Amino acid sequence: MFAKAGFECPQVMENTRKLIFENEERAVRYFWVKPSDVAIYVERGAADLGVAGKDILLEYNPDVYELLDLKTGICKMAVAAPVDFRDDVRKTLKVATKFSNIAKDYYLKKGRDIDIIHLNGSIEIAPILGLTDVIVDIVETGKTLKENNLEVFEDIVPISARLIANKSGFKFKNEAIRKIMESLSEQLKEENA
Amino acid sequence: MSTFNLRKEEEIINRLRSLYELYGYAQFKMSKFEEYDLYVRNKDFLISDGIITFTDTNGKLLALKPDVTLSIIKNFRASEGVVDKVYYNENVYRISGGTHSFKEILQLGVECMGHVDTYCQFEVLSLAAKSLSLLSDEVVLDVSDFGILTDLLESFGINTSLKKEILVAIGEKNVHDLERICANGGISAYDTGILTELVRLYGNPTEVLPRIKTILSDKIDSEKLNVLETLCKSLCDSGFSNMVRIDFSIVNGVDYYNGIVFKGFVKGIPSAVLSGGQYDGLMKKMQRNAGAIGFALYLDLMEDLLIEKKTFDVDSLIVYTDNVSFFDIDLILKKLISEGKTVLAQRSVPAKIKYKEMWKLTESGVELLERNA
Repeated sequence: MFAKAGFECPQVMENTRKLIFENEERAVRYFWVKPSDVAIYVERGAADLGVAGKDILLEYNPDVYELLDLKTGICKMAVAAPVDFRDDVRKTLKVATKFSNIAKDYYLKKGRDIDIIHLNGSIEIAPILGLTDVIVDIVETGKTLKENNLEVFEDIVPISARLIANKSGFKFKNEAIRKIMESLSEQLKEENA
Repeated sequence: MSTFNLRKEEEIINRLRSLYELYGYAQFKMSKFEEYDLYVRNKDFLISDGIITFTDTNGKLLALKPDVTLSIIKNFRASEGVVDKVYYNENVYRISGGTHSFKEILQLGVECMGHVDTYCQFEVLSLAAKSLSLLSDEVVLDVSDFGILTDLLESFGINTSLKKEILVAIGEKNVHDLERICANGGISAYDTGILTELVRLYGNPTEVLPRIKTILSDKIDSEKLNVLETLCKSLCDSGFSNMVRIDFSIVNGVDYYNGIVFKGFVKGIPSAVLSGGQYDGLMKKMQRNAGAIGFALYLDLMEDLLIEKKTFDVDSLIVYTDNVSFFDIDLILKKLISEGKTVLAQRSVPAKIKYKEMWKLTESGVELLERNA
């Protein structure tokens, strides 16, 4: 998409272990970083633009502009629970998640008292082993949930990849950023037409 | 001769202070502590939630001040037709965004309290522009009127929580979520279009303001837009046309800010180094019957630009042997210092030190061992 916008960088497509790719002619540099770190690179100005999942933006709440919904990597943040789960509102709800802030914010708005257990992976195991009642996690196809006898209990928010910009970079490189934005949204329109 | 680390920062602070004093602003000095209660009552106004507290000898809960504006308002007494003009240069203590831990932050700022008229707004805006010019050659001053945005939202007749959601999306320039929130909140496609267009428009006032006037023509009273236009035009006529931009995505505390709002950016610094606006709402909340406008400069963010990178730690390194008399060491040091050099005397070479030249001092005399520049 960025190449089509006039900011191609053929090196990116090469099979290499390099993390930084540059096209001097187009005055553009691309970095490969961990998805959860994209927002940090952009917020701190090490990158002017970034592509980050809405999940990361909601969880870390970085001080950046969210310029475009790229409509790729579409999934949702949801509460999942064992198939036979019934929410007993007399009890504090135990929630396992990688996304503590999203879970906290969601249940705060609902006024539900919860106990968050932060886990870093294989969240699906938590309710099976009785560690928690439910999980808050990204659901794409629901296949992993199904294989672990879980199902979506409630949807929280739709997730997709977003184009984000550093606030200061946006001011000083406005023309280039605007050009990229316009081309990307044009491409998205064509795809959806 | 080598420059000292903080020289540039100190020089800028002095120049900023002189600038404010030139316009008759008096320095506001304050104690490091305030009663905790002051901050709790106005928690939403503070940039960060964290406040360092401790108990005074009489059992009163005190706080290391996280903000200066609230203390200035507390000391303000209104008098007819007069505007209190003060500036401050104080350390504040709050959680820094990136590190999530407490930091001592040097904050410089200007506050005008009293009968704030258009001239007063212009004066503060032009002081902000002048302050930015002192910091760097490549700067941007984004200007908006938060009142226009809140009037527009008010005209939609929506509830507070929806308003807050909309303002968050506007602050992120997040048009796609803004459209979704408006659709869910029952805001008409026409009104949504106005909001998204406001968010999209960014740039020079002469290009952007006429378009904003057109899209808002049947929505809000034109008075505020006319004032914004006058202020921007005057700023541009005063030589700041290269830095002034209109940006309606500047969103400050809705209960506090009500009029002109602005943010300043310096090329190479990732977030705003200057932030300000008109906060009559906060004055009202603190039972002060007056208007107020001001701004703060966050010089801690400028550290990378203000602290010059040192190529050398010292000009001359003198390494002396055990049996050299200290009179001789002192003599050679004084000689080099008189030549305008910085000197460091050591028995052996410290690790990773960068020096322009290294001298060896022995019983038999002094010898130049190395020269790097």
